[in-house]
Amino acid sequence: MEPVTSKRVAVTVNGALHERDVEARRLLVHFLRDELDLTGTHVGCDTGNCGACTVIVDAKAVKSCMLLAVQVDGATIETIESLASDGGLHPLQQAFSDHHALQCGYCTPGMLMSAKHLLDHNAEPTENEIRRAIQGNICRCTGYVNIVEAIAAAAKGEVSA
Amino acid sequence: MSETTATTAAPEQVEAPQKGFAGQSIPRKEDKRLVQGEGVFFDDVKRHGMGYVHFVRSPYAHAGIVSIDVSAAEAVEGVYGTLIGEEVAAQTDPFFEMSTPPGNEIRDYALAVGKVRFAGEPVAAVVAETRELARDAAELVEVEYEPLEPVLDAVAAVEPDAAVLHDEAGSNVVWSGTFDWGDYDQALAEADRVVKIDRLYFHRFSSTPLECAGALVEYDRGTAQWTLHCNHQMPGIGIVWMAPALRVGSDKLRIVTQDIGGGFGNKITLHPYFVALCLLARKLNRPVQWTEWRTDQHTANTHGNERTFLDVEVPVKADGTMLGYKVRAFDDAGAFPRYEPLGCIIWAQVTPGCYRWRHVRVDFTQACTNKSPTAPNRGYSRMQQLWFTERVIDLVASELGLDPVEVRKRNYIRSDEMPYETPNGCVYDSGDYARCLDIALDLVGYERLEERRRDAESRGKLLGLGIGSTLDSGTNNFGQSQLLNPELQFSGNNEVASVRLDIFGEIVVTLGTTPQGQSHETVAAQVVADLLGVTPDDVHVRAGHDSYWNSHAGFSGTYASQFAVTGLEAVKGATLALADQIRRLAAVILGAEGPDSIELAEGFAKVRDNPEAALPFMACGAIINVNNAGLPPELDDVTLNCRYVYRPPFQVPDTERKFGNLTLTYATQIHACVVEVDRETGVYEIVDYAAVDDCGTRIHPQIVEGQVHGATAHALGAATFETFPYDENGMLQTSNFYDYHVPHALDMPPLKTGYIESPSPFSSLGTKGMGEGGGAGIHAVCAALQDALRPLGNPLVTESHNPYHRVWELMRDPEASRAGVEVGAAR
Repeated sequence: MEPVTSKRVAVTVNGALHERDVEARRLLVHFLRDELDLTGTHVGCDTGNCGACTVIVDAKAVKSCMLLAVQVDGATIETIESLASDGGLHPLQQAFSDHHALQCGYCTPGMLMSAKHLLDHNAEPTENEIRRAIQGNICRCTGYVNIVEAIAAAAKGEVSA
Repeated sequence: MSETTATTAAPEQVEAPQKGFAGQSIPRKEDKRLVQGEGVFFDDVKRHGMGYVHFVRSPYAHAGIVSIDVSAAEAVEGVYGTLIGEEVAAQTDPFFEMSTPPGNEIRDYALAVGKVRFAGEPVAAVVAETRELARDAAELVEVEYEPLEPVLDAVAAVEPDAAVLHDEAGSNVVWSGTFDWGDYDQALAEADRVVKIDRLYFHRFSSTPLECAGALVEYDRGTAQWTLHCNHQMPGIGIVWMAPALRVGSDKLRIVTQDIGGGFGNKITLHPYFVALCLLARKLNRPVQWTEWRTDQHTANTHGNERTFLDVEVPVKADGTMLGYKVRAFDDAGAFPRYEPLGCIIWAQVTPGCYRWRHVRVDFTQACTNKSPTAPNRGYSRMQQLWFTERVIDLVASELGLDPVEVRKRNYIRSDEMPYETPNGCVYDSGDYARCLDIALDLVGYERLEERRRDAESRGKLLGLGIGSTLDSGTNNFGQSQLLNPELQFSGNNEVASVRLDIFGEIVVTLGTTPQGQSHETVAAQVVADLLGVTPDDVHVRAGHDSYWNSHAGFSGTYASQFAVTGLEAVKGATLALADQIRRLAAVILGAEGPDSIELAEGFAKVRDNPEAALPFMACGAIINVNNAGLPPELDDVTLNCRYVYRPPFQVPDTERKFGNLTLTYATQIHACVVEVDRETGVYEIVDYAAVDDCGTRIHPQIVEGQVHGATAHALGAATFETFPYDENGMLQTSNFYDYHVPHALDMPPLKTGYIESPSPFSSLGTKGMGEGGGAGIHAVCAALQDALRPLGNPLVTESHNPYHRVWELMRDPEASRAGVEVGAAR
């Protein structure tokens, strides 16, 4: 018998249901970027270290390079593209801008999704809890100083209008 | 979280407060798209029918290529084609080499030809319908190798019996030469003591930008032009390398960038990969896309220069005044000199570091080894030199029983000596190093140091304080290349901006730069807004670079700490020209006396004494662009589309004396670091850290501080975690982010920042480039460790990379580290 090399997947991404035949070996991050054109989710390493590809799958922050697309059949996924709504930035996005928590912006989508996951589960994080929540996300530009400040400000609702 | 960053107030030496947007931390224009995942990085660009490229890479550090067979790969369904070194050698010329003989005999191609010289070197390329298929098919390429002995140390590489990497050169020496400034022999005669240090070693690492390198390359058969959507950070010079190799004119290469995910110099020497992609796009007549894998970035993209300092001699007066130094330096260029040998001269921008050292004798050799090629890496070549000067200060202080703070202040160049000419003719523009040091020491509570030592001691820890004093030399005079090779035809520098007032009154700015996080859209808009009397929101700065529109110059790009000077001077020049044209046009339309009677404010050109007479910018744009009948001849040259090329005022250096001004501005970074070392294990923690910056006038303080944070993180990573060691076979041991640990959020200590502003007299805005920093964190950690370990037999820190096990070795065997350092009487 020929091995199965693709599978039908039904997945809800940012509120929209997608049904696709996907190659069995295709990584979730490449499915999102190449097949759904959601290019806000980035790839920074091959090994699950950097977190640039972080998305939220069924309320958990996951590195989308560490999952195969076939594994998310039936799942609900949030990517960076879902964060802003009604033409306005999410408080975390605004706080990142307020605090200069991004320079090149390449790690930012993954960093924001990790931060969102934190605040979804812990409305008043300490500095240490914030650092712990983003320790799977590498930023090579900022030294994390302003990222930590931005997440703390967003948690307190201290963002510019 | 306010304790994370403490910024000192009260800037020093500030001129009259600035009016307008320059000087304010306005919201960044780049952020809106980037926080929404709507940036466009090269890997986001797609084309119909594009093929994905995977490179087949050498598993050997040094080997002959006996044969390459791509037939099995090409037979796979979905594989579009391949490329091997033989085709590259037939269709291209070797890349231009900058060195003198023997270095300039080296033949460097896009793929290995006949031989591989480092593990990870591309040998062949496979193009397929998907990335996965390209990778699988690459496994089917059969390469037969004949392994050769690897050469892994630059000092050993120049020994007569060393294996030679490049047979055509006949030697592993890329470049060698001597530098002799002041009167070193006289300094020896005047000295009371001479401190000798056998060996200092600055390790190999890289800033490893999070976005790997890559490009989407299209070939247009009708015009024979390639378009590269890519993340090259120095397109001007990139084209100079690539076009002659491809045997075409520079107009045949269109380089387009938009958002770039970090660069740090590591995206300057991408030309070998990009030439291979150009050949594939032409051969296969389809767009080809290549995204470097993380492992490939570590094993085969650029590393920072690895430098060994031998036989160091420092003549010192009894009062602690150091007169200069003598050293033999060996620089490891890796397998090919791809930006080298420029590192053999760039260090000389900061020859004496921050110090009043007048007598310097340097014997410098750069050699090839079977490791990944080196190239600019944040702090390029100066960081190594500054680490050397800081180690010299602290080792001499230790051996002569001098206080590290006092000895620095005694030897620092003083603010009242600025502008200061160094022994090799560089001109330090402005600064106050002693004041910066005082601020840094205040921030880390220096006055309570002894009390804190005792407190740490009571907890089984050793506490130490270290200082890193550095300069960030910016705006290169490329004429320094002639000090390596007088035949080279490079000198000066330039950057371009165009500012246009368009049909509906839009102000549109085009830059020649290629920012990778340095916020050029925002900072350019601040400068334009102030000059035209509008707000930054009214200024539309084009994102990225596109060489197609003639918007660039030969040195265009974003590198070497220069945008705040070259980029902004270009923006200012173009904007002033546009403002002048608007005034001239408005004066005619409004019937005013002349351009001088017109002022620009709130989007209008107004007659100064008659508020009723005002022409909106929209009308100006419309008149020139679509309603220009009847304009008088004196406005014939008014286009409202002004291009300005900024050229810094440089001379060609004196190649005989190797003397001249090599950079225009010198920002200062002085850091202070407090560490606590565990007495049992050598594990240490940075418990207090301050970074004080002086980059002259700051256009956007928040952005400047962000660069300080980032440069500090890079330095602290390199000091403790980041290193590229090779095993005895020439295999890199840290080829991904598991093994190559970069700082994560929990690794970073609390950072305190402070600043002063010493405006540069050499830039019209008073600005200085400052993005690279000088690796101050590395120097400060080395110094702090040496200070902390003093009670344990006074081990000496002679290497730049000090992981916990190295500290443990220093504690266990202090004498081993001390063996190479001695104090002698002067001759």
